[in-house]
This record gives sequence, structure tokens and C-alpha cells, in this order.
Amino acid sequence: MVQSKKERMSGNEAVAHAIKQINPDVMPAFPITPSTEIPQFVSNMIANGEIDTEFIPVESEHSSMSAAIGAEAAGARTLTATSSCGLAFMWEVLYVAASNRLPIMMEVVNRALSGPININAEHSDSMGARDSGWLQIYAENNQEVYDNTIQAYRIAEHADVKLPIMICQDGFITSHAVENIELLPTNAVKDFVGTYEPEHYLLKEDETMAIGPYAISPYCMEAKRAQAQGMINAKKVILQVAEEFEKLSGRKYGFYEGYELDDADFVLVAIGSVCGTIKDAIDELRSKGKKVGLLKVRVFRPFPGEEFAKALKTAKAIAIMDRCEGYNANGGPLGAELTTALYKEKAQAEVVNIIYGLSGRDVKTEDICRVYEKLEKLSQGTDEFGPYPYLGLRSNESADRI
Amino acid sequence: MRVLTEIRWHGRGGQGAKTAALLLADVAFNLGKYVQGFPEYGPERMGAPITAYDRISDKPIRVHSNIYEPDFVVVVDETLLHTVDVTRGLKKEGAILINTQKTKEEILPLLHGYEGEVRIINARKVCMETLGKYFPNTPMLAAIVKVSGIMEEEVFLREMETSLKHKFAKKPEVLEGNMKALKLALQEVQ
Repeated sequence: MVQSKKERMSGNEAVAHAIKQINPDVMPAFPITPSTEIPQFVSNMIANGEIDTEFIPVESEHSSMSAAIGAEAAGARTLTATSSCGLAFMWEVLYVAASNRLPIMMEVVNRALSGPININAEHSDSMGARDSGWLQIYAENNQEVYDNTIQAYRIAEHADVKLPIMICQDGFITSHAVENIELLPTNAVKDFVGTYEPEHYLLKEDETMAIGPYAISPYCMEAKRAQAQGMINAKKVILQVAEEFEKLSGRKYGFYEGYELDDADFVLVAIGSVCGTIKDAIDELRSKGKKVGLLKVRVFRPFPGEEFAKALKTAKAIAIMDRCEGYNANGGPLGAELTTALYKEKAQAEVVNIIYGLSGRDVKTEDICRVYEKLEKLSQGTDEFGPYPYLGLRSNESADRI
Repeated sequence: MRVLTEIRWHGRGGQGAKTAALLLADVAFNLGKYVQGFPEYGPERMGAPITAYDRISDKPIRVHSNIYEPDFVVVVDETLLHTVDVTRGLKKEGAILINTQKTKEEILPLLHGYEGEVRIINARKVCMETLGKYFPNTPMLAAIVKVSGIMEEEVFLREMETSLKHKFAKKPEVLEGNMKALKLALQEVQ
């Protein structure tokens, strides 16, 4: 294990610092709040001669992803950063990156999609891209987004995976908040990440190849199945990389983090910065003898449904928290996928899916305590949630307001 | 001494309230504390009311919500007293610090009957005497350190000098003015 250096910085600074330590080959980017600071910090480092990454300013996010695809296909280790509508504007080409098996890293600073126009934290942007073939790893705080960034290329570039990866954090709540962090020494990061040696790439002298050609029906479905295998294989690789990272840093990662989970009767399942708030609520309730716990989702793509469901098997009541409105009259994406996984595992718990924190709506420990209280009642047969629960909604019109 | 101190800043876009909140987090970090310094973002523009927060603790901080029951409130622009409920949730064991050219007696009626300690400072006067320009965040930073007692004044000044020396390595004249502003502010708080 190497000695980490104590520092304080925002989530965006933490990401930029990891990028500086990795020194990737190419970064095409177009600015959008709240991820803007990342390319801004990185371009400063380039201007100061601290790293030799090629920065490509482009005219839109569609272009930044297209340039990233070109650079990665040529054989360069590539990254970009975006948020919200910027990610939405990349939609078409996200699929091109994944299907060409190009392990691009993208820093996603999660933010609401329009409308009403809003710049604050929400997961609707990356959740909208959840089926584009990209890996997705989420963070609770600046430390985790830094650590996830360092692990990203090892997962994405692995010969059994070869898929692009989104490293996600909550807009403003972690991206713009200065907090304590422990940074690894640069040489240790460089050794851990290693050099990029792709097997096939456009600039390989003795191999001619085409990228992104038309595939006729007799071949196309096979290509898609092969791509799906990369996502399946990623589960094993994510755990291997996490194990190596723990040896380096002493910090443990997996598909999820359980907090007071093992003996918990009432469990919240959530993604991102709200998990810190939930942990504080849990400590408060545990001191009053309540058996409450948290399953914090770190990896969403691939979706480790089986592992999540097994960890939740003894819970009596579960609230699945989505910072994203699915607009399907059925609930959010985490709710839908985890409920399916629980069914397969024959879990007996009562399950409720709650929408919270849209467009940066703040979540307090009291809000979380209220959810646990209602979960306990639910397990005793009293449903106070209603059919479509929203946490922290101000409007009295909804009967499902928590 | 509190294990956790929570501070809420009210200012207007462009006055540096966010920068001051982040600087305070910086100084507290240098003294070995766990910190959180963050702004609340809205449709930001020059002159619009903004809020920023600090948590300073002896233990790691996990909560990621805004601060609703602060120990201290800093008001960088007194015109906000008419439009923003600045004492909302403020603990009565705590204090409010206001940048104003008025007297305490003139300010009190605007504080919705707040029962805790009220402190004022004329940051404009401090700025004009030391910096020659109105940057209220520098004196307000020193003033809240004094009012909150989160660190010793000498330690604060020493830490600020180190950090400003680093920040303004190429502009030593800025360092001198800012240090004067911090020192004068410590004396001017009422």
C-alpha cells in the first residue's frame, strides 16, 4: 500500500487531478455546466506543460464524441467530459463508440435534462444513456470519483471488455463542493493504469482495418451478441481491478457498498451523493435501535442484479431511490431493474420505488428518516407511500408525497 | 468547542461569498479539520442573491444536504436583509455577522426577532482603508473567524499569509493589502 496525501478539493478538481496523473493522449471537449471545470482545469495543465494530452476544442458535444471515437480508433487513450443536454446531444455517437469497442472514458457530471431548464443534480442524463453500451460507475463523493477515474481505463481497456466507460458524479453536490480527499502518488497511479496497448487500431502499420462499416443481417446480430459479452465480462474485471486498487490505496470497492446492511430489516438502495446523507440518518436511527441499512449502488452498467438481490435477501422492506423520473407511469430505472432482480432471487421483501432529488431538490437526513419510518410500517402491512411516491415534493396535489 | 460548526453565507453574485466560504474551508483544512465548502447554485448572475455553506468538523463529513440550522450566518450584503430571511433556522446559541455601515440598533428590527448574538462590521471601510477597492469577502472571512472562534486569530493570519503568498506569488502588493484588510477586520468587528 502506498501513502496517500491528504488534500481538499472539489469533485471536478479531483477528476482533473486524476487525469493529470494518468496523462491520457487526447481530450476533445465542449463546455457545459457543471462539467465545464474539468476540461478547463485540464487545458490549464496542458498550457502549463504539466501534461502532454492533445486537447481538441470542438463546436458541439456530438463533435466531441465523434472526435473521441476517431482518436480512440486511431489507437490513442482518449477521454471527454460532459453533463445533461451535452450528453443527450452525443446520443447517436455513444452507440458508435460502444459498438466499435472503443474504451473511451467520459466524466459525466450528472445534471437534469430540460425542461424546465435547470442546471442541478439529477441522474436523468446518464440514466437516459444506460442502454447505449457504456459501462457506468457512480460516486458518492470526491474521493470515490477520483478513485473510479483511476480504475476506469483498467476496466474499459481490458481485452475481455473493450467498452467505453462513464464515470459519474452528482452535479454541484460533489462537483463543486470542496471536501477532504486522499490522493495517490502520481507514479503509483501511472503504474496502476499502465500504458495503452490496443490490439487493433487504425494507425497500426502492418494491419489494415475498417471502423464502423455496414453489417448485413447475417452478421449484425452476432456483432451485438459479442458486444453484450463484453458487458457480461466486465463484472469480473471490475472486481479484479477493485481488488488491485485496494492493495494500492487501502480503499475497498465493489459493485455496491453495504452500510449497516447485513442485519438490516429496512433498506434503502440509492446512487450517488445522497448515500452520505443516508448514512448519517442510519447512525441516528441505529442509536434508537432501528435495524436500518443502505445498499449504495456503485456499478450500474453492467447491472449486478444478482449480487444486489442476494445482499437484500433478508430485508423486510426495501425503498429503491431514483434521482430520475422515468416518465413511464411505472417508476425509475433503478426501481425497475432492481425489482426484476429481486423477483428472480425470490426475495420476499416489500418493495417501493421512490423518486427524489430531481433538479437538485435537496434531501435532508429527516427526509430519509421519514422513508425508513414508512418502510417499517409497510412491513407491518400499512402502506403510506401510495402508488407513485415522490420524496420532498412541495405540491399538495400529489397524494404520494413523502 | 463544537465537534461540527455549520456556517451559511448570504451574498450577492460577484461579491465573493462563495470564494470566502471556500477559503474558510481551506484554512480549516490546513489546521487538520474535515471540511465541506459549497455554493448553492441557481440562475447565477451579478447582483443576484446567492448562498454558500461551510461545514467544519473534527470527524469525517458525509451528509450532502444544505445547512438549515446553522451555528453562524454571514451576511455580505445588508440589502439582503429586506428580501432574504437570513436568520431562518439560525441557532440562538450562535451568531449572525452582518456587513453594514449602520449601527446594531438600526439593524436589529430587520432580524425577525433573532434572539442570538448580533455582530456587525463595516467591511466597506476596511476595504477602502486597506485595499482601496470594495472586495467585502476578505474582511468578512476574518470577521467570521473571530465571531465563530473556530480558530485562533494568529493561526488564521499565519495560514492566510501562506495561502495568499502562494496565490499571489507574482503580485506581492496584493498580499500586503489583503493581510492588512484581514488584520483590520479582526479589530473592527463589533
